[in-house]
Amino acid sequence: MTQYLIAVVGEPDYATLAPEELQQIMTDVDAVVTDARAAGIFVFGGGLHGPEATTVVDASSGAPVVTDGPYAESKEQMGGFAILDVPDLDAALAWAGRLSAACRCPQEVRPFQDEPASTEAGV
Amino acid sequence: MTAHLDDAAFERIFRDEYGRVVASLARRFGDLDLAEEAASEALVVAVEKWAAGGIPPNPGGWLTTTAGNKALDRLRRESQRDAKHQAALMITDDTPPEPTGPVEDDRLRLVFTCCHPALAPEARVALTLRLLGGLTVPEIARAFFVAEPTMGQRITRAKAKIKAARIPFKIPEVADLPARLDAVLAVVYLVFNEGYLTGEGDSPTRVDLSDEAIRLARVLRSLLPREPEVAGLLALLLLTDARRASRFAGGELVPLGEQDRAGWDHSLIEEGHALVRECLAINRPGRYQLLAAINAVHTDAARAADTDWSQVLALYDRLQRIDPGPVVALNRAVAVAELDGPDVALAIVDRLPLSSYHAWHATRAELLRRLGRSAEARAEYDAAIEATGNAAEQAYLTRRRRQLV
Amino acid sequence: MTQYLMAVHGTEADHDMETGGGYGSREAMMAAMEETERYNKKLQEDGYWVFAGGLKAPSTATVVDGQGDSPVRTDGPYLESKEHIGGFWIIEAPDHETALRLAAEASKACGGKVEVRPFEG
Repeated sequence: MTQYLIAVVGEPDYATLAPEELQQIMTDVDAVVTDARAAGIFVFGGGLHGPEATTVVDASSGAPVVTDGPYAESKEQMGGFAILDVPDLDAALAWAGRLSAACRCPQEVRPFQDEPASTEAGV
Repeated sequence: MTAHLDDAAFERIFRDEYGRVVASLARRFGDLDLAEEAASEALVVAVEKWAAGGIPPNPGGWLTTTAGNKALDRLRRESQRDAKHQAALMITDDTPPEPTGPVEDDRLRLVFTCCHPALAPEARVALTLRLLGGLTVPEIARAFFVAEPTMGQRITRAKAKIKAARIPFKIPEVADLPARLDAVLAVVYLVFNEGYLTGEGDSPTRVDLSDEAIRLARVLRSLLPREPEVAGLLALLLLTDARRASRFAGGELVPLGEQDRAGWDHSLIEEGHALVRECLAINRPGRYQLLAAINAVHTDAARAADTDWSQVLALYDRLQRIDPGPVVALNRAVAVAELDGPDVALAIVDRLPLSSYHAWHATRAELLRRLGRSAEARAEYDAAIEATGNAAEQAYLTRRRRQLV
Repeated sequence: MTQYLMAVHGTEADHDMETGGGYGSREAMMAAMEETERYNKKLQEDGYWVFAGGLKAPSTATVVDGQGDSPVRTDGPYLESKEHIGGFWIIEAPDHETALRLAAEASKACGGKVEVRPFEG
């Protein structure tokens, strides 16, 4: 089994959507997550606050330096993601396709390294 | 029975068997690099042994067995180097290769892996030619006019992604099969067009990509005999390739209507027509089947004037429902011109957003010529000559422009 | 309690184990990985840990758009930027101050900048 990051990319401006539309998206995403849990492959999932809630901490060369705002200058920030544990890329892509339809935006699928640091943590 | 080994025979066996050997090893060991290295090693042994003792009765089986042993040797050597992989020492040759059946499945798995949509399109083409077609990296680089290190890197990166992202080595699920098969057929069609459209074979060292594509299409056809789109693609390639010798004369492109039909390869045409009939009987039309059927109508006419244009137009109408793109509409307009006149066709062509496509300008030029609008036609020939990079086509368009009254 | 993402960014080359990427050498990279391993243990012992993982290189990414009739899959990554997320922790902390303190420790351990973002809800 391999863990894959399935990240929301190029998301629409959800703030401009009608409340009932937003509600529908949440219902759709919940349905996929419920299925993934039932399949025993769900590791983690969550939506992130935007760049305005983001801080960068750099303590790589001494005392920590804290700066406001995201690390990357890019306007496009990952809006949230799921981590799934599946046998191969085709399985990951199939789940990502369902998540994409539910979120109304593309998903980026990327594998974690073979021995994630979380192995002994029992997530 | 053994046969004498000459370079050409060896080359042919190698090309035919390479994909089988790599596919079989990739399934057994789950590692494309290992499969390729072992296949190459087996080949070196084959050159020595076969030169002395002749070609064995089942060269493919011999190569697969030898390559399998080479792969096991490699794994054992590596595991001895690395204590962490002691378990690999336990590997024994418990999955002997079989000459038929599963081996064919292995090649099918390999082609779906090479043409996986998670790989960049140009990487799919390169990988398919390398792993399934047995072409070398320098050959593929030359065929696509790409620098050798660039092509090498493209293939290495694609293999790295297959390994790292765990692109599986398997035949897709039924629900996913049509889309995945489309991706495979697109690769083969692209390889064919790359060979066919670039001209008369400008360089003697250039691998013939059209032949290579037909070979791949034949392999697919043998692996998926009941898929009509596979038959359709093979028919399309055969019916197009059958006209190859008549497509050029004196360094100039000869359009379909002016080609010497006696120069067409009639055995290829017959084979193509039989495949088209088979597709019609299955009655699950698709893009390649319709394109093949259009080519079947053209190759059915003894003279250009005998072409059944209403049949061509009916097929384009069906194609347009599947593929509503402007290029199909442009080709359809050529049939419209024959049936309803150049003015009706021109009105269709003018609406298409293809102003950077040489064939759009060339089609407009021909229609304007037939309408007697010479000045406009001249400007369109200029634009077409400017937009095409093909010397033979430039020569043809230049002559047509010169012949304007 | 709030969950926070603590992300590290890097280039394609930063994933190269042989050269050690931004660390300059394989040895320096291994040392940082050991430090990170120690930090991870502490994070678990102190009860902040939810998840941690290093991602494979950005070139292993695939983009899926499942909004149409059949999903469209393309070679990734989605953004053409030079730097991409290279790995991250997910922690659970009582407040932002604690998250920033843990991020500073993470930054020290892995030798890179750490971006802190709270999860919603």
